[in-house]
Amino acid sequence: MEEKKTEDSRVLEATMKAGEILLQSGAEIARVEETMIRISNYFGVDSKEFFVLSNGIFVTGGKYSKEYAKVRHVPVRGAQLEKVVAVNQLSREVEEGKHTIEEVEQRLEEIDHMSGKSFRSQVIAAAIGSSAFCCLFGGGTMDCVAALIAGFLVQIFILRVRVPYLSKITGNVCGGALVTLVCILCYQSGIGENLNHMIVGSVIPLIPGVAFINGIREIADEDYISGSVRLLDALLGFLCIAIGVGVMLGLIQRITGGILS
Amino acid sequence: MIIQVIAAAVGTIAFALLFGVPRKYYMTCGVIGGTGWFLYLFMTKRMGMTAVEATFIATVIVVLMSRFSAVKERCPATIFSVPGIFPLIPGGGIYWTAHYIVLNQYNMAMESGIEAVKAAFALVLGIIVVFELPQKIFKIHMKEKG
Repeated sequence: MEEKKTEDSRVLEATMKAGEILLQSGAEIARVEETMIRISNYFGVDSKEFFVLSNGIFVTGGKYSKEYAKVRHVPVRGAQLEKVVAVNQLSREVEEGKHTIEEVEQRLEEIDHMSGKSFRSQVIAAAIGSSAFCCLFGGGTMDCVAALIAGFLVQIFILRVRVPYLSKITGNVCGGALVTLVCILCYQSGIGENLNHMIVGSVIPLIPGVAFINGIREIADEDYISGSVRLLDALLGFLCIAIGVGVMLGLIQRITGGILS
Repeated sequence: MIIQVIAAAVGTIAFALLFGVPRKYYMTCGVIGGTGWFLYLFMTKRMGMTAVEATFIATVIVVLMSRFSAVKERCPATIFSVPGIFPLIPGGGIYWTAHYIVLNQYNMAMESGIEAVKAAFALVLGIIVVFELPQKIFKIHMKEKG
């Protein structure tokens, strides 16, 4: 029986880890709970309770007594959907009986340390994405070139300045302002004709897409607390970007005396 | 129009990469993003629908495709729907609102602001409608196919 106790704790510890990775990497609450239940059910932990919020997981459980209880704070991080896919895959395999608990622990550790996309490929992707979106909103070739430059710079800003040093609010305001400044500089030096399309395209890397969609889904799933937190996060993101753009436009307008209209 | 659709597909793939979607799903993401934008353009430009209606229908199709692909590939639908929906976010509307506010043209700001909010609600509604459909429907489709 003594052994069984540690076994339960061990399973719950692994379950907690799986939940933590999912939550951090941008899975919605329902998926986190479902995965945790799947894994712990398979390993035969009968009485357990999971309570998942957008930034924390609460677990109590254990077959013989409630000896396992843990609260973990999970800060909201950037989306890492490949980790969500990996944990999802793992939980399916667990249900099919392919893994022992040791293997699950090991796999989770590997998934947790999975390296994301490299700095270079992220910057290139943001640059290409920005110019593609500029084209899609109706920009011409030169507009897309300007968006390419702005998207490139804004992604460097996101990865090197916003993530390590700034809060989301300041980061998004500064990001929006930076995009606008770069686009106006390009515009003034003759690259691009439609300032508006350029700015709209290159602001896209800043947009909190995963938080937005997850927020909506969680509200639809009636996870109102987490849903409203995420939706607030996303809407605040949109608002701050708009403020950043607006402030910079206003500033330039004031300095130059009207290049906008 | 073809160039725009290709741009939408490329943009979707670029953002799939940024969100860390595994490489083998890039093509699917691109196809979904491209289809969504194609539908949007077709409905607004050729069929004379409003942006709000077109956003709703395109979102429904994008999320439907995401869920079918998710069942087929056995992975979360989020990885397809998030990048796929990106082109449909009313980014332009939000931008114009900020633009007009800066220029003190409040009527115009109001107009584009409300338009953007309406489109955003259409987007939200589209996502909710499809995600509320029971998982079974998508599995039945799989059986018919295979």
